[in-house]
Amino acid sequence: MPARPVPVATPETAHYWEGTAHGELRLQRCRSCASTYFPPQPFCPSCSGGDVEIVRASGRGTLHGYVITHRAAPGFEAPYVIAVVELDEGPRLLTNLVGVAPDPEAIALDLPVEVLYEPVGEIVLPMFRPRTT
Amino acid sequence: MSVAIVGAAESTEIGTVALSSVGLAADAARRALADCGLTPADVDGVASSGLNPYLPTIVAHSLGIEARWVDATMVGGCSNLVHLGHAAAAIERGDCDVVLIAHGESGRSHLGAPNWRPAADSWQGQFELPYGTVGPMTLLTLGALRFLRDRGLDARALAQLVVAQRDWAARNPRALRRDPVTVDDVLDAPVVAHPFTRPMCCVTTDAGGAVIVTSAARAADLPRPPVYVLGTGEAAGAAMASQMPDLTSSDAFRRAGAAAFAVAGVGPDDIDHAMLYDATAQLPLMALEDLGFVPHGESGAFVEAGNTAVGGALPMNTNGGGLNYTHSGMYGIYALLESIRQLRGEAAAQVDDVSTSLAHAIGGMFQAAATVVLAAEPR
Repeated sequence: MPARPVPVATPETAHYWEGTAHGELRLQRCRSCASTYFPPQPFCPSCSGGDVEIVRASGRGTLHGYVITHRAAPGFEAPYVIAVVELDEGPRLLTNLVGVAPDPEAIALDLPVEVLYEPVGEIVLPMFRPRTT
Repeated sequence: MSVAIVGAAESTEIGTVALSSVGLAADAARRALADCGLTPADVDGVASSGLNPYLPTIVAHSLGIEARWVDATMVGGCSNLVHLGHAAAAIERGDCDVVLIAHGESGRSHLGAPNWRPAADSWQGQFELPYGTVGPMTLLTLGALRFLRDRGLDARALAQLVVAQRDWAARNPRALRRDPVTVDDVLDAPVVAHPFTRPMCCVTTDAGGAVIVTSAARAADLPRPPVYVLGTGEAAGAAMASQMPDLTSSDAFRRAGAAAFAVAGVGPDDIDHAMLYDATAQLPLMALEDLGFVPHGESGAFVEAGNTAVGGALPMNTNGGGLNYTHSGMYGIYALLESIRQLRGEAAAQVDDVSTSLAHAIGGMFQAAATVVLAAEPR
């Protein structure tokens, strides 16, 4: 059986994956136009400015969209929730929603969620669960 | 534009076919040439795209074409519509005279067709694939629940679209899924990725398609009724489905559609027939709104009222669509071919008096889009 896909960092994304390994969700912010952005890159996608800083996200957001897949990717067991979370800082991430039954009745759009960190191989993946605090 | 499609054909067989991807493209290409009475010696431009970036050269070599213009633009399922726009511009500029656009894809049998998977260090490989995405059915669909909720709809709207298109497919002997279905049948079918059940997701087939494009002047000397290219538009969208600025509307759809209408000098109300790419059942609803056929939020009601069904005001996806007819992975060429058949008056489910047709396709996971406006008469 093929293994579960594991991300491989590039120089542009290394800080992101180093962050998750330390229990931090690291985004980037443009000092010129104040845009906070994702995915990681060394310049701002809004204004092309190169004066950017790494910022630690709160790890809080809301469930912006999701599907419950009944077909499993390699290394997964269906059903599970593939979700888009909108972070409080603005950017959206694809992720898994965990800590809740993969049942549409239990999962409302705009549900408040919070990050948790799941090791997968050499990498730690940020995932989200319904907010408890 | 002063360019026309003069030859058009699908592969001899679609469904499960004992040919490689390139073989399907070559089969369709030979049939398209025969359709318009031209030979490879008449062709001087070739466009084709897939996972192999050298496909135009392979198609040209296979058919013995000496190409002086090539286009391998690969932006997913809309690529062949993008090629049509590029070919029209090249012909108008005099870069070439006769272009073959050929596509073949062993999407079901996987003969000469490697599976595509994003590299583990690509954006998709780092930020989407590790979460167990299972291809288009889990990526195209990410915004569907929000799309429906924002419009006061639910999964019934997806099912109603399937029912309307299945009725078209029932009239098409080549369609894969032809049995009539009810809304409840569709809703009760096995779930692929909630809220999408199996009939809301496209079929997977082996298929090929090809068109021959040349100047309107030359088209007048050829045997088949020319299909005139009034306008084309293309657009790039977000690089990942999860990064779309709005999960419920595609900016690429909007920009490609607006560009095609602007070039054509017509608007949605002037279109008699539409082919709106349907790998999943919400895509035509989005396209109806994003291309301006209906106001924002009214696509569900438009379909429910029968406007896109047999006898409706805007016959749509009249081959049955990717949901029912055929879908080899990149569906754009098959949408285009049905537009051509309707304008020629030779479709399996022929609509009366089609003088204009629009074909619209998505590329990748909303990463690109292309729209073409076609007509039976020059403008």
